[in-house]
Amino acid sequence: MPVSYDLMKPTTLTREEGAEDRWTLNFGPQHPATHTTLRLVLELDGERVVDVTPDIGFLHSGFEKLGEHLDYNQYVVVVERMNYVSPINNDLSWHAAVEKLFGIEVTPRCKAIRTILGELGRIQDHLLNIGCSGLDLGGFTAFLYGFNEREQIYDLIEQISGSRFHPSYTRVGGLAQDVPPGWTDRVLDFVRNRLPPALRDVETLLLRNRIFIERTKGIGVISRDDAINWSLTGPVARASGVRRDLRKDEPYWCFADNWDGRGAPAVPFKVPIATGGDVYARFLVRLEEIRQSCAIIEQVVRMLPDGPINAAPDAQVTLPNKKEIYFSIEGLIHHFEKIMSNRGFRPPVGEAYGATETANGEQGFYVASDGGRTPYRARCRPPSFMNYQVFPQLLRGHQISDVPAVLNSLNIIAAELDR
Amino acid sequence: MATRDAVAALQERFPELDLAPRPLVTYADGRASDQLWVRVPAERLVEVCRFLRDDPRTRFEQLCDLTCLDYLNFPGATDRFGVIYSLLSLTHNHRLWLKVFVNDPDPAVPSVTGIWRGAEWPEREVYDMFGIRFTGHPDLRRILMPQNFTAYPLRKDYPLTGRGEREDFAVVTRDSA
Repeated sequence: MPVSYDLMKPTTLTREEGAEDRWTLNFGPQHPATHTTLRLVLELDGERVVDVTPDIGFLHSGFEKLGEHLDYNQYVVVVERMNYVSPINNDLSWHAAVEKLFGIEVTPRCKAIRTILGELGRIQDHLLNIGCSGLDLGGFTAFLYGFNEREQIYDLIEQISGSRFHPSYTRVGGLAQDVPPGWTDRVLDFVRNRLPPALRDVETLLLRNRIFIERTKGIGVISRDDAINWSLTGPVARASGVRRDLRKDEPYWCFADNWDGRGAPAVPFKVPIATGGDVYARFLVRLEEIRQSCAIIEQVVRMLPDGPINAAPDAQVTLPNKKEIYFSIEGLIHHFEKIMSNRGFRPPVGEAYGATETANGEQGFYVASDGGRTPYRARCRPPSFMNYQVFPQLLRGHQISDVPAVLNSLNIIAAELDR
Repeated sequence: MATRDAVAALQERFPELDLAPRPLVTYADGRASDQLWVRVPAERLVEVCRFLRDDPRTRFEQLCDLTCLDYLNFPGATDRFGVIYSLLSLTHNHRLWLKVFVNDPDPAVPSVTGIWRGAEWPEREVYDMFGIRFTGHPDLRRILMPQNFTAYPLRKDYPLTGRGEREDFAVVTRDSA
């Protein structure tokens, strides 16, 4: 039953004479176990959770409204603040959708670099999540192993864009700049030598840890049909046996056949599926996805093609590279023509939806254009938001100590949830 | 099975409605996007959605997304709001977009939460941001904005800055909470 707004206010924990012995407990928004700013109102019968009412919106910052006032390149700075655990994936999803609206196909080299970055982002996200699945149950060490390796990914991102956290690396039809020399070797070193030992450490700590298994198996179960009906995507859905991965089902970049225009086959990899549908199954799926991402990165790095990173350099959408801007008058004029608010490039009038498989699931953007410089509407389909609505369903009947475990297994990122 | 077959099945079932599929965007060189949308009248929405979910030729088991567009001053638009349903079939791996157009005053659309449970929060969000009422929704409250917020911030006539700002709200103290 929905809780009325009066119940959302903090109240004294009393009950009426003769009523059922239930307590209302306020959990968050400032609580270490919620990871981010979200609030739950729990209705408890002793330690058993009878009902949960999530109260969200604390981090709502009007990202979609801002999107209507920034142009197609500027808005990337805002979108990557959505899922800040893997910021690069937001960039990639946004420009995948925008390129669908413009009808642009990016170059093979750009596709390959985007594929590598997308997988690095997935690893980054999953490392935090599997680390936290230990942390939330009282095992701090796994978290540190995971976080340590995230640091390596920050370094790799810094080397391509100059900033560790929010790279703003993609542009309409391409990338801000090419990757520096030697970067791919460092990526290979990371996925071959740095990450596998750390994964083994996390695995040894948690995978067959009796306490961990007892606290995660059979907790927060959702069936396959329910997962589909509740619009779940990503590892949460796949842990319930839903066979769906956009990289396989709606292939893009290096996941599509003939991605380099010369008959290259799609990058082979396996989509891990579990059938348990519980917290443990989600942990297993994420762990295996990291391994698959490593395999994808290794293959793509090996066949990274040369060539331009921006689609159709004479087309109206891509910015000239910085060398041209600073050292030639034509380049400077070209640059001004693109970025000045009374010039710029114009998409066709219409709408488009583009999505990529991010660590949390399908992150898509529904972009509408009235032919102007800025989008008419920049709707984000946030996987956290769609996944979080099933949360009360997962938790009813469990103990209060299962709340952080289930919350973490959905991997809710509040900035993406509230936008 | 392509999306067009699903639309054909839909047209066969509802011959009295104009369900012609249209591309979401047509590019400057004349190519059309392969993403198709269909206009559905609000009063037939639930019926159409139930058919699309259950018929073996369509099987749209998942509501991928639900959002809204305020078509105020949009070139060529005749209606104010378009509620957009993004449907996904896992069986056939195809997508279809439904648009339901509604107008002021009191824009209302029947809720599809009875068909896809995943519509609950997106419908609340559209209500919160555009003020579109979803009749039959189990818990239609604001979701992102505070409960005492009065305007609908994603409407096109709502400015980016200047209204509903933090300074305009009364400070809640411990005693008044």
